[in-house]
Amino acid sequence: MDAEQLKQLQSMHLPLDGVWLPKATSTIAHVVDDPFWIIYWACVIAFVLMMAPMFWFAWKYRRKSAEQKALSQIDHSQAMEIAWSVLPLVFFFWVFVLGFRGFLEMFVAPAGATEVQVQGQKWQWSMAYDHKGDRVSVGGVGAEFVFPKNKKFKLVLKSTDVLHSFYVPNFRIKTDVIPGRYTTLWFEATEAGEYPLLCTEYCGTDHSNMLGKIKIVDTEAEWHAWLDKMNTTVVDVPTGKNLFETKGCTACHSVDGSTGLAGPTFKGLWGRNEQTNKGPITVDADYITESILQPQAKLVNGYQPVMPTYQGQLKQDQINAIIEYIKTLK
Amino acid sequence: MSPTEGKFPLAQHFSDPEQQLDSNKLGMWLFLVTEILLFGGLFCAYIIFRSLHPVAFHECHKLLDWKLGGINTVVLLISSLTAALAIRAAQVNDKAGIKLNIIITILCAVTFMVIKLVFEWPAKFDHGYLPGYNFMGHVANPDQAHIFFGLYFLMTGLHGIHVVIGIILFSWLLIKTYKGQFHSGWWQPLELGGLYWHVVDLIWIFLFPLFYLAG
Amino acid sequence: MTETTAAAHVGHDHGHDHAHGEEPNYLQASHGLKSWIFTVDHKRLGVMYLAAVSFFFFVGGLAALLVRTELLTHTKTIMDADTYNRFFTVHGAIMVFLVIIPSVPAGLGNFVLPLQLGAKDVAFPKLNLLSFWVYCTGAVMAVSAILIGGVDTGWTFYTPYSSTTSGSVVMMVAAVFVLGFSSIFTGMNFIVTIHKLRPPGMTWFKMPLFLWGIYSTSIIQVMATPVLAITLLLLIMERVIKVGIFDPALGGDPVLFQHFFWFYSHPAVYIMILPGMAVMSDMIAAFTKKRVFGYRFVAFSSLAIAVISFIVWGHHMFVSGQSELSSMVFSFLTFLVAIPSGVKVFNWIATMYQGSVSFETPMLYALSFLFLFSIGGLTGIFLGTLSVDVHLHDTYFVVAHFHYVMMGGTIMAFFGGLYYWWPKITGKMYFERTGQIAAIMVFIGFNLTFFTQFFLGSRGMPRRYYNYLAEFEDLHKLSTFGAYFLFAGLLLSLGTLVHSLLKGPKAPANPWGAKTLEWTHTASPPIEHNFHETPHAPAAPYDYDT
Repeated sequence: MDAEQLKQLQSMHLPLDGVWLPKATSTIAHVVDDPFWIIYWACVIAFVLMMAPMFWFAWKYRRKSAEQKALSQIDHSQAMEIAWSVLPLVFFFWVFVLGFRGFLEMFVAPAGATEVQVQGQKWQWSMAYDHKGDRVSVGGVGAEFVFPKNKKFKLVLKSTDVLHSFYVPNFRIKTDVIPGRYTTLWFEATEAGEYPLLCTEYCGTDHSNMLGKIKIVDTEAEWHAWLDKMNTTVVDVPTGKNLFETKGCTACHSVDGSTGLAGPTFKGLWGRNEQTNKGPITVDADYITESILQPQAKLVNGYQPVMPTYQGQLKQDQINAIIEYIKTLK
Repeated sequence: MSPTEGKFPLAQHFSDPEQQLDSNKLGMWLFLVTEILLFGGLFCAYIIFRSLHPVAFHECHKLLDWKLGGINTVVLLISSLTAALAIRAAQVNDKAGIKLNIIITILCAVTFMVIKLVFEWPAKFDHGYLPGYNFMGHVANPDQAHIFFGLYFLMTGLHGIHVVIGIILFSWLLIKTYKGQFHSGWWQPLELGGLYWHVVDLIWIFLFPLFYLAG
Repeated sequence: MTETTAAAHVGHDHGHDHAHGEEPNYLQASHGLKSWIFTVDHKRLGVMYLAAVSFFFFVGGLAALLVRTELLTHTKTIMDADTYNRFFTVHGAIMVFLVIIPSVPAGLGNFVLPLQLGAKDVAFPKLNLLSFWVYCTGAVMAVSAILIGGVDTGWTFYTPYSSTTSGSVVMMVAAVFVLGFSSIFTGMNFIVTIHKLRPPGMTWFKMPLFLWGIYSTSIIQVMATPVLAITLLLLIMERVIKVGIFDPALGGDPVLFQHFFWFYSHPAVYIMILPGMAVMSDMIAAFTKKRVFGYRFVAFSSLAIAVISFIVWGHHMFVSGQSELSSMVFSFLTFLVAIPSGVKVFNWIATMYQGSVSFETPMLYALSFLFLFSIGGLTGIFLGTLSVDVHLHDTYFVVAHFHYVMMGGTIMAFFGGLYYWWPKITGKMYFERTGQIAAIMVFIGFNLTFFTQFFLGSRGMPRRYYNYLAEFEDLHKLSTFGAYFLFAGLLLSLGTLVHSLLKGPKAPANPWGAKTLEWTHTASPPIEHNFHETPHAPAAPYDYDT
């Protein structure tokens, strides 16, 4: 990512509402905001109730001469001890109940919510929508993910590498994203707009660039139109290059001939003769397709079987676009 | 602090023998609490992974040699007994008795380590039952077997380190015995060493059935 | 210091100010490097710990200043992302393990505890020496991990990032493992000393509250640290031989690591705050000339905090993927732990009522503590409430919360204690005016730096972020400015203490007119064996009269 792209990414706007909180644009936000304000004002009152006597006593009983002793040695009051133990406990219990009720609402998805798969990896988000029988996959650094308002969505999240955390402040939703298992979230947006998606579990070098943009549109029609657009892959070199850069390929394959990565370099790949564990092959469209969908089928000698499969994540015309791109890497 | 025969070696910061004895004993108990918590964490991990992969754990435990493990259990129990007898010998001024019991304790501990390091572990390595990613054995569920063996080698290894520390500890006590430092007026180091040794034994009493016998 | 303060209290003390000119104090009792390296004198060990802790506080603070400088602009300012990630890790690891945990117990506690008990030393002086050198070993290992390869996992070492990333993770984790033993040995020593070496007449409820706090801390140190040890050992094994416990690619569970880690690390934060609270009781009594209000409640609250601290660890993991039921149980229990902390604060404020309140430097730090720790504790309520925590977890709100309690709490109390016991430790007074100004600067700088971060967090700014959204920049600039102001205050404080060492006037035995044994029965500084004869406990813990 160059400096210009970085600036673009980090200029994403996070709408606020007042001094403390982001603008709330989901139906569940109130289970966070209501207790937040209750606790806030209780804290303000409690703080004043503590600090006022403290400053008052400091002033009123300030020592005026070195030998001045205390006015009294009053040193206990059972009534006060009970009061200031029990009263906070009652308040805490109330707040606890508000908190856990809200928590359950936040994490138990309502029936009929539309499922969307979410994947976190170093350092980008991607989502897969089911649309007209197809799996439409969208992702990349700073990628835009569109949803219509007033519709319930259940996100099913997983990571392909380390812990991440999916956080949309304007919706008040967050969950850790774990490799090897699924976590879930649900939301229903209330207002059209663009809302940042932030990774909030430290995951390495570019943790702070692992952003996305949740775009809420007014109608389902707009959403479908976007999905249609995402579903159509133009089979050309720029598309192939973009897929190469956003699907995690760059982690293991260089384009400039550098070796030492987990996978062979793509420079000069097209038409190259390779020795694999199943004998010699020449790199053609079939071999590239097979390697993307079944990476361990024919493993180039000298490399470990570590490439993940893209079965279900890349469709054939996307693979064709990648092939077009690879052809240009001489 | 080299006591002459029969005299209580009072350290200068304690006010009387009772304070010193009580303090040392409390100190040793606290240390043993930390040891139990240390192994406790590992036992927790064992329980969790065993409940996640009961079949694999069951299969893997059959690959361990329960006879050798059993012999080692008996060996440690004998050494615990002799450690206690050494204290008794000191209390009745039986210097020869102290020496004999400590020597047997050390020999038992050495036997334990020999059985483990010469007979048990190499046999495992030959079969490819190695900890972690080195695991290469032919078993039904290799993915979970490597966790079993990882925990096995880790826990018995950490325990083994404590046994070696015990050997060093009792050797030191043996040297002090030869110098005549233990008698009916002062035998606390033997007692504290014995306490340590009993806890090491106790940990093995839990390790043995969990790894070798459970199924 | 004023001459009148000292003169007023000579009558109460046992005249150790001038009489025993023949017996050298503990600093003069022996000379040469070896006499320090092999010392078993708890006072010298305390001094060495204080020096080490201060040094690492400076190092960790420098790391923080660099972090804050990078955050002046929302993209790159002075360093790249990898370097930044290493600096925030270094800051956290050094502050938690090399500074805050040992600061009050090993630094001040080692010096003061036997004195308050009328004892000649702790129960196991040689173990105490070992404890210090183990600390030094761990410190050297940590520094080498930082210099060779670096660590960027955050001080929390979450897997699988920590079990797979490059860098000196093994060395750093091993360093923390070693440091844990220092903590355990100190805890063992203090527990036995308090149980067995109390002077005649000092029943448990006649002990100064400083000792109750240190005792409760020691219990946690002994019980929690071994679990950290095994967690770190497992992490090392995971990296080296790939056991498969924490990394899902190997069959493990990353959330299990979090459970193991926080099972120690939550009690650890109480290892950090309890000693600060311990110092608070003694300071408030001394600078109000009053018995601490609600003595038994304050004493028992220390124990309650120690016990409850073990059952709330899951509140760090509400959104980790653990079951909703677990989260609910942990949230409920977390509210309980707030009560004993509140009880202490209320009792300290009540102590000021009808007292004789003075405002020397230690008291300014004590008042700072009351203000800042209250904010820290109150903001904990937001985080303990499940639904609210979902929004605030892993944001700057958490960062602000823990800085308020750990720095606004423990470090303020540590500085207060350092200035409070300074005359006893060094035999010198410090220049009061600059001490006070520094304390006020620190207070202001601290609030500027960290209150700002509550806003950043609740607005959605995540933590451990090198770049951030442009609209957070103004608040970050304010926070960084605060950090520099705070640093200036700390420098002035350091200068005050250094000046005292070089040019400070001789301190009387009891400049504050306090009532605990270290003030009433020893010289400033004390002789090597502390007392000429074992003192009898005072009639009451803070035996002031009106």
